[in-house]
Amino acid sequence: MGFITQHAVLVVSIVKVAVLLLAALTVNAYLTWFERKLVGHIQSRIGPYFVGAHGLLQPAADGLKFLFKEDLTIPTSDRFVFCLAPLLSLTLALTTLALIPFGPATITIFGQPTELVVANTTLGLLMVFAISSIGVYGVALAGWSSNSKYSLLGSLRSSAQMISYEVSLTLSIVGVVLLAGTFDFRTLVEGQGGYWWHFLPRWRVFPQIVGFMCYFISAIAETNRAPFDLPEAESELVAGFHTEYSSFKFAMFFVAEYTNMITVSCLATILFLGGWLSPFPERWTWQLYIPAVGLLLTGVALLADAAFKWNGIARLQLVAVSLLALGLGVLALSPTVMLVIQGVFWFLLKVFLLIFFYAWARGTLPRFRYDQLMSFGWKLLLPVALANVVLTAFLIEWWNR
Amino acid sequence: MSVPVFMFFACAALAVLGAVLLIVVREPIHSALALILVMAALAVLYLLLGAEFIAAVQLMVYAGAIMVLFVFVIMLLNAGVEERTNKSLMAKYLGLPLAGFLVLDLAWWIAKSTAGKAELTASAVPAQASSTIELSRMLFKQYLFPFEATSILILIAMLGAVVLARRDS
Repeated sequence: MGFITQHAVLVVSIVKVAVLLLAALTVNAYLTWFERKLVGHIQSRIGPYFVGAHGLLQPAADGLKFLFKEDLTIPTSDRFVFCLAPLLSLTLALTTLALIPFGPATITIFGQPTELVVANTTLGLLMVFAISSIGVYGVALAGWSSNSKYSLLGSLRSSAQMISYEVSLTLSIVGVVLLAGTFDFRTLVEGQGGYWWHFLPRWRVFPQIVGFMCYFISAIAETNRAPFDLPEAESELVAGFHTEYSSFKFAMFFVAEYTNMITVSCLATILFLGGWLSPFPERWTWQLYIPAVGLLLTGVALLADAAFKWNGIARLQLVAVSLLALGLGVLALSPTVMLVIQGVFWFLLKVFLLIFFYAWARGTLPRFRYDQLMSFGWKLLLPVALANVVLTAFLIEWWNR
Repeated sequence: MSVPVFMFFACAALAVLGAVLLIVVREPIHSALALILVMAALAVLYLLLGAEFIAAVQLMVYAGAIMVLFVFVIMLLNAGVEERTNKSLMAKYLGLPLAGFLVLDLAWWIAKSTAGKAELTASAVPAQASSTIELSRMLFKQYLFPFEATSILILIAMLGAVVLARRDS
């Protein structure tokens, strides 16, 4: 314990990083499951179903597959850059997550009160954009170092797309920054407390609806997801910039892509959707029970499903999952835990809804053509985002006079 | 050694290493990567000085935009490994003494300026340097004309580049 008390700040940071990393990777794995399931049901399929009950063990099977596949490095490739590219992608993607605060609560680890964020800085928003702007190197270098036509073309397309949409992505949040007058995540969220006309939460999505739409469309393009997933247009480019990557290096790109998805959804939640603030007024104390009741109901539903529809090992797995949900639900009923998880619950719920939209768009919309993508980004999205900035600035100035 | 001091020396060493690699390495992409390393190390140095805004802008503009264009051009031109020539006589007889003189000059001025003075600490840096609000106030009030003039200059340069590129095709 002597070491722990001496280097408390360091130890707490390491604990937080470890928890965040573990949570991010697990959530990543189950996001792939969720997305496949949802897209499957949208397209009248059932999605993963046979590895574990409802395909719940599919992510584990996929992870093992990635680990045990042969790790090919092409002899004509630039070996150093070839290995650097996936590392860069994944590291930068995970680093941005460290800047995101997940709730207002202060928890105590080893007697050290600490906030629910790994790196607490007043310029959080700017830092996220600074780090994610370097993320394009992972894609560009991967394509170049593979020494393959498809990879190079895919990476050029992909990085051109990322650079183009980064402009409208950044411009679309300027309106929010103008309204809030800060780059600090905590102040950005707390400025959205209260109500308009006693019922509409003061979330910035309402005055900045144009900004929000520009942000979300650019964010989908920025993370190379459908319908902007041209880098991966199988029919044209095999698999784009990661054509020559296999095994764990490919998995790193994959995880980086999903982590970026989580990060932009977190940013949208903080900037536009009121972050960890509940949509209900504070005097409605029953809302404190929502997370616990939700977990308990999920547990009961899973138990019923296990009892009536499944048998054998799948039934045991479902029972285990439902017991986990029930246990967490009971834990969420205890007063201290209940208060701590309130903010986190609303935050994660909003992030989850945005990711649902991501998967929904993927299951519904056809892919853009390359020229359509470029003209959409530069000739429609950029002017609209710019007009939004100018209009917001004028209105703020007019309001202040 | 405290953490900031350690970070300073680590990043300073990285910046110097990147700068040396930039010149020594023969593959253009590797040179570009070395330059990015220098820029990232400089950004951390700015952070250590408490200039968070400058650090973020350093990463966003230099590493995130300008160097991406460099890498793009290198990738598109498919520039091969650079060739080494015999060094010119000018470099030998004029360049080396000049470089040596510059190093000595800098070393002398640095030694003179810090001798007998207090260590540079975070508190010695004026608070205005780190405040984004203060910075933007200076940029848009005190130095508005140079700022706008520079942006028009950049716009003209961009238009010029487009016009020149158009003429060929």
